Amino acid sequence: MPAISQETQTKPYLALHQVSKKYGGVVALKGVDFTILPGEIHGLVGENGSGKSTLVKIITGVVRPEKGARIEINGQKVEISNPFAAFCLGIQVVHQDLSLFPNLSVAENIVYHRYLEKSQRVVNWRAIEAEATQIMDKLGVELSPQVEVSHLPVADQQLVAICRAIASEARLIILDEPTSSLTRREVNRLFSFLKELKAQGISVLFISHRLDEVLEISDRITVFRDGQKVGTFNQEEVDKNRLSFLMTGKEISFHPVKGTTSESKTEVLKLENLTKKGQYEKVSFSVYRGEILGLIGPRGAGRSEVALTIFGLNPADEGKIYFEGKSVVIDSAQRAIQLGIGYVPENRLLQGLVLEHSVENNLVITVLDQIIGKAGLTDQQKKRNLSQKAVRDFNIKTETVEVPVKTLSGGNQQKVVLAKWMLTSPHLLLLDNPTHGVDVAAKESIYQSIKELSQRGLSFIFISDEEIEVLNNCDRILVMKNGQIIGEFSPAEVSEEELRKMILE
Amino acid sequence: MKERFILIDKRIFRQTEFYLLGIIAVLSFFLTLINPKFLTLENWFDLLRSNVFLGIVALGELVVLISGGIDVSFTATATIAQYIMGLIISTYYIDNVLIAFLIPIPIGIALGAINGVLVHYTRVHPVIITISTLNVFFGFLMFLSGGKWLYNFPPSFRNFARVQAFSLTNPKGGEYGFSIFILFWIGLAILTWVILKYLPIGRKIYAIGGNREAARRAGFNLFRIQLFVYCFMGALAGIASFVHAELNQMIQPNSLVGRELDVLAAAILGGASVFGGAGSALGVFLGVCLIAIIKNGLILMRAPAYWHEVIMGAIIVGAAAINAYQRKLKAKREGEIIAQ
Repeated sequence: MPAISQETQTKPYLALHQVSKKYGGVVALKGVDFTILPGEIHGLVGENGSGKSTLVKIITGVVRPEKGARIEINGQKVEISNPFAAFCLGIQVVHQDLSLFPNLSVAENIVYHRYLEKSQRVVNWRAIEAEATQIMDKLGVELSPQVEVSHLPVADQQLVAICRAIASEARLIILDEPTSSLTRREVNRLFSFLKELKAQGISVLFISHRLDEVLEISDRITVFRDGQKVGTFNQEEVDKNRLSFLMTGKEISFHPVKGTTSESKTEVLKLENLTKKGQYEKVSFSVYRGEILGLIGPRGAGRSEVALTIFGLNPADEGKIYFEGKSVVIDSAQRAIQLGIGYVPENRLLQGLVLEHSVENNLVITVLDQIIGKAGLTDQQKKRNLSQKAVRDFNIKTETVEVPVKTLSGGNQQKVVLAKWMLTSPHLLLLDNPTHGVDVAAKESIYQSIKELSQRGLSFIFISDEEIEVLNNCDRILVMKNGQIIGEFSPAEVSEEELRKMILE
Repeated sequence: MKERFILIDKRIFRQTEFYLLGIIAVLSFFLTLINPKFLTLENWFDLLRSNVFLGIVALGELVVLISGGIDVSFTATATIAQYIMGLIISTYYIDNVLIAFLIPIPIGIALGAINGVLVHYTRVHPVIITISTLNVFFGFLMFLSGGKWLYNFPPSFRNFARVQAFSLTNPKGGEYGFSIFILFWIGLAILTWVILKYLPIGRKIYAIGGNREAARRAGFNLFRIQLFVYCFMGALAGIASFVHAELNQMIQPNSLVGRELDVLAAAILGGASVFGGAGSALGVFLGVCLIAIIKNGLILMRAPAYWHEVIMGAIIVGAAAINAYQRKLKAKREGEIIAQ
């Protein structure tokens, strides 16, 4: 099969021709052609299940492609039959969890592969530190080689992980969601570091759900959908809306979906001069009924700490909390739940379903105490009534409440999640970065859910890392920095740029 | 970046060894006030000699704990090793202490290998595996030996127990010495330190204890590392069992089993983490010394024997709690670094 001639003159470092993969009867990847040029930063985007990770697994030798596939490195046909073969060919993955040894020094983490060499009988500490320092110098990383990795912030750990790949002579580094736990400033540093790699002829495959960042750093971008390559585009050819259209096949607007703000301004929660030493200081704000209050700021600004205080897990040193007009002391999560406050940690909004279990069982899991009958056992009738009511209320399309949740469509699954939260009849939900590491379409459905619930009178505190997210989805935005609230805005009166500036400075 | 360099310079004050030395100094001071005999070389030599068994197996336990595992079967391993040795040298009347020394080591390694293989292939938590093997090993021995004691060993075996590295005379004219077995202990502590710090296998042991998944991805042979770890524990249990038999000149099948807690306490006190990835040979050496001093102190204070158990239990809980608290502080510090 002749390769489709590329417009670029450079010969690709890695070329895949007609790569397919089936798992059982399911086609995960269908006839994909894909190239990466030397010294190129190549963005890879697609929704969950689009085939991105299967592609990466094939490149890194974790799974074998179906017959008929051809993989070339520098024009030579190669077989990547296992991860070690990929490693030998100079292909390395920096996993999202970084795979570092937290209890070892920076130097050991970078040149650990020396321990695998047979010739290395005794550990020469000086040589190991010298080698690690040399690699870090080459890439402009300033870290002490002796520091234990667990003492470093995540952003630095990531640099260590990339240095490690370089140390074992990687020619292609695959970064899987590298920015998901970095602040904007750290992302900038990572990007300048990636440009340094590029200057040295090393290729980078950049996988991310954050389309802005993919657009910012990539030379070319490949889009996957349903196991097929939609296309590879030069960075100038596409923008965010185009990319998300290509990924999902449907138009997703990144424009505000205005929810009707509740007219009645009933105060649900009021904080007065809440202070906790070393975490936050004199935090005062109110949340109204049916309001979505955005809380944005750099990581470590104290956002989650305040949320945890409201949820009773991190009592404040000073200050007062009023809930629905009454002064309250929230000293435990049980107390918070009793009051009607819920806390949803990162990623939990969508993961809250047990897919194998029935719709009914998923619905009632948060309210088991309401369906306890005589003798302390669950009352099947109560359970049935409760779940059927929820299905009606939320218009969930399902044959019966007994079928497994996984048989429902994505949208209906999402409704099950919503219904589940609403059964606990909460008054205030604290969402800690609910869209962290979530793909575009799923993000959209989370936003919809939040809106819908807010229209039913539920209030939210929405902690976010992304300016555009709070601008589009919140009724009011608080900016928090160094443990203090430094500003309050309505989304109409502030731009994304202004918000970003405030957070970075 | 600058602050981080300062962070390392202060590191010594955060080290477990530093605190252990401090606690040992304070305790010694008070014990000397109670009983001036405490701070004599004679008492110290005696103290070290009577804790050689504990000291040696604690080094093995350290290595297992660093790798993220745990072994509680070593008392049974040691008992079997010394019992077989005792049977062989008394039945065949082997009057050669070197051969006697060499018998328990391969037995320990073989039993350790059983643990290593089971832990690796069943993926059951090592506590469960080694509690089971403890019972299986010990049960077999009791069944086969009928609980019979062994004594009357050949003269070379008896004489070796009295070998001193050097000897001194106390003010009253009595002679006391630095037992050769203390040198065994110190030698093995140095060996363990060298393995952990300067051999690739040692660094790999820290690595799998720190992040097992990363070690697997990095291409480390996890089976070989775990096998080494449990075999090393077995080998040290074998050597320790020889020392124990020498010092007692008698082998009782039930004299060692039940002392697992002391060893774990010493290793954890010495900075080994039950979560894996941390600990040092020096720390464990000091941990054993501290436990020895506490026990000695209880005797000097004439505390009833039952109190020893209470104190040991309390030490483990306390040390593990401090360990957990330090992890929490560390997490907090990291949070602050990110915040600034």
